[in-house]
This record gives sequence, C-alpha cells and structure tokens, in this order.
Amino acid sequence: MINLPLLPILIPLLAGVILMFFPKRIKAQRTISIISTVATIAAAVVLIAEIRQNGIQTLNLGSWPAPFGIPLVSDMLSALLVLTTGIVTLAVIWYSIYYLEDEYERYFYYIAVQFLMVGLNGAFTTGDIFNMFVFFEVFLISSYLLIVLGGKKAQLRESVKYVLINVISSALFVSAVAYLYGVVGTLNMADISVKIAELNDPGIITVIAIFFLLVFGLKGAIFPLYFWLPGSYHAPPIPVLALFGALLTKVGVYAIMRTYTLFFYHDTGYTHMILGVLALLSIVIGSIGALAYRDVKMIIIYNIIIAVGVILYGVAVMTPDGLEGAVFYLLHDMIIKTALFLLVGIMMAIAGSSHLKSMGGMIKDYPLIGWTYFVATLSLAGIPPLSGFIGKLLIVRGGFGAGEMIGPLIILGSSLIVLYSAMKIFTNGFWGTPKEYTGAKAHLASRLWIPAAVLMVIAISYGVGAEAVRPFITQAVEPLIDPAIYIEAVLKE
Amino acid sequence: MEFLMCIVVGILFASAVYLMLSKSLLRIIIGTGLLSHGAHLLLLTMSGLKTGAAPILNDNISSYTDPLPQALVLTAIVISFGVTAFFLVLAYRTYQELGTDNMEEMRGTESHD
Repeated sequence: MINLPLLPILIPLLAGVILMFFPKRIKAQRTISIISTVATIAAAVVLIAEIRQNGIQTLNLGSWPAPFGIPLVSDMLSALLVLTTGIVTLAVIWYSIYYLEDEYERYFYYIAVQFLMVGLNGAFTTGDIFNMFVFFEVFLISSYLLIVLGGKKAQLRESVKYVLINVISSALFVSAVAYLYGVVGTLNMADISVKIAELNDPGIITVIAIFFLLVFGLKGAIFPLYFWLPGSYHAPPIPVLALFGALLTKVGVYAIMRTYTLFFYHDTGYTHMILGVLALLSIVIGSIGALAYRDVKMIIIYNIIIAVGVILYGVAVMTPDGLEGAVFYLLHDMIIKTALFLLVGIMMAIAGSSHLKSMGGMIKDYPLIGWTYFVATLSLAGIPPLSGFIGKLLIVRGGFGAGEMIGPLIILGSSLIVLYSAMKIFTNGFWGTPKEYTGAKAHLASRLWIPAAVLMVIAISYGVGAEAVRPFITQAVEPLIDPAIYIEAVLKE
Repeated sequence: MEFLMCIVVGILFASAVYLMLSKSLLRIIIGTGLLSHGAHLLLLTMSGLKTGAAPILNDNISSYTDPLPQALVLTAIVISFGVTAFFLVLAYRTYQELGTDNMEEMRGTESHD
C-alpha cells in the first residue's frame, strides 16, 4: 500500500467532512467519530509494522519527484506519535460522551476534534516545512473552536489571549520560513538539510535556528514563552484540556526535535546550549508552579511545562541516549498526562469544584479511581516498573554522558517535586475526612473511569514491556542521530 | 529594491508590535493584521524581487519571477483571513459578554469567574 502514510490524515478528514452534514444528531456524531479514530489507530499500527519491516515510508503527493512536490515522510518517530495521538483522542472522545453536556456535542465538538487530529497527524507526517505551517494552522483553528466552545466568560477572556499568541507565533513561523527560503531556496525538509550542510556558513543559519526555537517554543511552552499556557488551559472543560495538554504542546516539541536534529546540527555549541538552558529553566518554572497551586487543574498544567523541559533537555544533549530517552518520555507523557487530566476531571465532577479545599476522603466511595490516580502519579514521577522511568533514566544518563552535572541533577530533583505535587492531590483529595459533594455528575464517575483506566493499562504495559517497545524507539531515534538516513529516504535517486 | 522593502517590512512589524501592546482589543486586532501583512511582504521580498514576467507560461518569454513564494503567500493570506475573521467575531462576543474591550480589565482572577 503506497498511500499508507496518507491514511492517518485522510480518515479523520473524511470523517470530519461527513460529520458536518448532521451536527445535531449526537448519536451519529459519536459513532462516526469513534469509528474514524479506531480506523486511524489501525492505519497507524499497519504503518508502524510496515516501517519496522521496510524502513522509512515516503509518499510523493501527485508523483512529483522529491524536492519539487510535497512529500509525506513517515519514519518510526512520526508513526509512533500518530499512533499515540489516535489512542489519546479515542480515550478523550469516549470520556466526552459521558462528561460533556449535549449542548457541546451539538455544536461541532466532534468535528473540531476530528480536524484537530488531521492537523496533528499532518504535522507529524509532513516532509515540507511550509506544509507543516499549514497543518499547524489546521489544528490551531480547531483548537480555537474547542477552547471557546461553551462561551463562558472565563473561556472568552482566555481564548482572546490564546488566539492572539498563536496569531503572533504563526506570523513568526511565516517569517522564519521566509528567511530560510531566502537562504537555501527550498522548502523540502530533507533538501533544506542538504543545502544547509553545503552552505557552510553558520552565522545566518544560527539566527534562523533561534528564530525557529522562538516559534516552536511558543507552541510548546518552553521557559520564557510559556506565560500564556496556564491561563488558557485552565478555561476549557476537562476533555478539551486533556487533548490540549497531551497533544498541542507536544507538536511544538516534535517540531523542535525534528528541526534541531535535521537542519541545525552544525553549530550545536551555541543553539543546543541555548535549548538546554531554556529546557532546564522550564523545568524550574514548572516545578515552582506545580508546588504553588492548590487547584488540581493548575498542578497538572504546570506539570506539562516540566515534561516539555525534560524532553527538550534530552534533545539538547544530542547523545543517542538523550534522544532515545526524549522519544521514550514524549510517548509516555502524552498518555500519562491524558490519564491524569481525565482522572482529575472525575474528581472535579464529583466535588463540583477544582480546588483541593472542597475535596477529601474520596477513597471511601471511589476506591478504584483513587488507586488508579495513585498509580498514575507514580508513573508520572518515574517509579521503576512504570512508564516514566526508562525515559528519564536515559535522559539523565545522556546528560551525564555529555559531561554535564547540573542538568541531570535538576531533572532528578524535579521528579521529587512532580511526585510531591501530584501526590498532594492524592493525599488531600482521596484521604482525610469525607466532604459533602455537590457535583452534578458524581453518578457517572465509574463510567468516566473506564477510558482513564484503559490509558493507565497502556501506560503500565508501556513501562513493564519497555524491552518490547525499545526496538521501535531505537529505530525512531536512528534518523535523529544520523540525518543522512532521513535524507536518503526522501531524496532517493 | 529588496533593501527598501525590508525597511517597509520593519516599519510594519514595528507598528504591529506597538498596536498589539496597547489596551484596546480592536487595536490589537489591527496590529495582527499589520503583522501578517509584514510577514507576507517579507516572504515575497526574501525570495528575491528580480524583474521578470509574471509566472504564466508563454513561448516568447525566457525569464519569470519565482512562482513559489506567490503560492505560499496566497496560502498564508487565506489562513490569516480565516483566523482574523474568527478573531473579530470572538472579540465581538467577548465585548458582549464581558462588557469591555480593555485588556487590562480582562485579567483572570478568581473573583471574575
């Protein structure tokens, strides 16, 4: 099947278009979006099997040869991310069926989710830098709809800021592409890499590298550019927040990973040093935020910033260990953050508030939810048999291997803070004296628990079965370490 | 010619930044409009402003301008048009709900929710 890399983009696109014809028929909306997401996951699994066997899959759209048309390039990294996106989206749709009011579902919610998936899968798969911009816009416009859907005051107020920040970062993306096109004269990512290597003029390339860091850092919420994230992510309802927290920042991280290993690997002393320092500062800022708040949403939101910092530190050290750890941790974090947001959403549905002072003693009535949350916390912090361990281990080993001391120590220290901040929710919310709960959806708790538990099962088997997952991750890291593999797959002559 | 265009783009960016740092929401949206104008003009400028025929295939002409940035700008224009339309409606709804267009009064404090 030569069109295989296209399927994870095409299936949700078609589903989104079909869903537009009957937005008020909720049952049909739910059924079709679940079918489409399952089909996307199946396509991603077949794609991964194909890549495992035959290496990187490329598809030149319209049969134009490589540097002239738009290629879709599925290497193992992008295929794994497409699969994880599918799993996360499926869990969130499943959860939304019970969690959201009918009003949301009637006003294009599932359509926006499908288009969000189109944009994400496209951004992960594309091999053309301007096409990546277009796919960024596809998922950003869907996210504008999702963040404001419902039209509450807080949502309107925060979405103005969210839209403004993303309009600015999109204009900067266009300018960065303009500078890059002015220097190398091509848009194909493999060809750009070749031209930059031939150019041998690091000055302007370094400037463009920092420009791209600015653009993708604004999407991915790294240290000085994270300021919009806590407010914006606090506004929308939990399923939307889970989608955003798990997926949107991770596209920025993926884009930094891709550009910094494929384009800008010549002057690593400067660019990767800046990336490393910013990543560590993100960890520190995220840790401070996670410690400061007693609002369950805010604690997990600041944990997103910590995770982005940890992953990017793995990219910045540029050792095979560090990169492998970054990929391991990226996939783990997408799944575990969704699970945590969904579980915290159940707590909010029971208590009717997101503040810890209105929770307590939930373990008595909801033991399954409590213990699932407990395991999720341990997994988030990286306790050995669970999924967060191996990624962080490799990143720390990569950091020490590159001869750095401060970075790995900050990461190890941040794990304690992550554990403390998430355990704070457990001890205050699930232990202590039970309170009177006024939440309207408390009776749905056990149904809401199932998708979160499914994600936790995936996360646990990802950690326990790390040995089985490892060959895939190793294959995903190969083109990151040696860009020649990627270039040859795209520009094969 | 490129030099002149770069200065124009710089002025556009400067005005955009100035407007986006102001308090009124409408001025901010005008700022985003100028910002995307600047970015589009930059895209055309950076790919070279050599004189040549419009990129329409014709037997008698041997030198054309670069068609690629024109396609890119066309794409970027419709995207920023869509986003601006959404942003304007969003600003209108926000004005209706919150009763203000002053960004200073749109701070998210707990008492506001």
